[in-house]
Amino acid sequence: MEYKDYYHILGVSRDATQDKIKRAYRRLARKYHPDISKETDAETKFKDVGEAYEVLSDPEKRAAYDKFGANWQAGQDFKPPPNWDAGFEFSGAGYTEAAGGGFSDFFEELFGRSHYTGGGTRRTFRTQGENQHAKIVIRLQDAYLGSKQTITLTRPVVDENGHVTTKPHTLHVTIPKGIIEGQRIRLEGQGMPGTGGGKSGDLYLEIAFAEDPLFHAEKRDIYLTLPVTPWEVALGATVTVPTLGGNVELKIPAGSQGGSKLRLKGRGLCSATQTGDQYVTLRIVVPKPRTKEQKKLYQEMARLMPINPRENMGV
Amino acid sequence: MPQNLTLLTGTVLDEEMICNLRDLCGLCNVSAETIHEMIDEGLLRPRGSGPQQWCFTAVEIRRTQTALRLQRDLRINLPGCALVLDLLEELEELRRLNRCR
Repeated sequence: MEYKDYYHILGVSRDATQDKIKRAYRRLARKYHPDISKETDAETKFKDVGEAYEVLSDPEKRAAYDKFGANWQAGQDFKPPPNWDAGFEFSGAGYTEAAGGGFSDFFEELFGRSHYTGGGTRRTFRTQGENQHAKIVIRLQDAYLGSKQTITLTRPVVDENGHVTTKPHTLHVTIPKGIIEGQRIRLEGQGMPGTGGGKSGDLYLEIAFAEDPLFHAEKRDIYLTLPVTPWEVALGATVTVPTLGGNVELKIPAGSQGGSKLRLKGRGLCSATQTGDQYVTLRIVVPKPRTKEQKKLYQEMARLMPINPRENMGV
Repeated sequence: MPQNLTLLTGTVLDEEMICNLRDLCGLCNVSAETIHEMIDEGLLRPRGSGPQQWCFTAVEIRRTQTALRLQRDLRINLPGCALVLDLLEELEELRRLNRCR
């Protein structure tokens, strides 16, 4: 088990006042809140900050924690000395609401485990479990075709004594064809367990797309930049274009320009009822003249097809 | 573990999903009063003229759930939540435009 430096997590010194600790916690909680932060490990950091505050905001827990002094380093292998907590009493203190997600092994070794029945009162409520939220990153192809994904979440589990531990929880989930970024899948009853016979909460999986080397998605539409030659756009051509569903033939009309956008209808992310298209943006690749003959050809073009592409700039 | 082998199929909260006030309360585990307060604050904008006719979309479900978490975790009041949600949406849109560039 690793030692956790709660002062370091909150970025405060060991002699920080309770006020300073509170302010540091509020600031970091805002910064790492999973709904606000885009950092990939925001959720872990948010939990760490909550756990650190749980200990340091409570004078009793803080005093007990301080008994370890500054000799421990974060990450160092840790085993509390026997009877380290003699003279401290935590059981009545209860746990704040931030405790909902379960704390680290380090915390539980020191302060015991949080109880779902919580906060000193022993009344048992029949409450529905909390909804859980997670993000999953899938490939565009998996959204286009539909797929099955295996995901692992850390899930608080209540044992027979009402103690909470975290366990990895693996789920196999159907990703329906035509799901798009930001949409959520609701898995009923797969969230946190309820208490007193209350039903479990739901699990919401939010879809994000992994970066793709060729395509990018805007809602249901797929965008691709297609390199073409000057003669393909000038004279018109039929070219092969990759789509998420495989290669298709696309007719480039004669006289197209670089930046022109062509639409492949129905080649985007289509669900059972909604359709999307693929947009192909042309990017002209100009061959470098390498030989005398090739240079001459460009000169010939300049002579036969004089053009001022900057005309509308007044230059 | 055998339970891990079960293939789960959920409901997609897509463009077509529409729910009424009672569904929204059930999905978010809140009372109708809470939803009324969120509507009064402009945090939710359901279609329909009155509570009986109100229609909520997936966007409203998400906004409700996020607002509840912001209230619980950061102690933000409702007007604050409405502001945070609007700003988050704007930020998301700007990030999207930036990616396209």
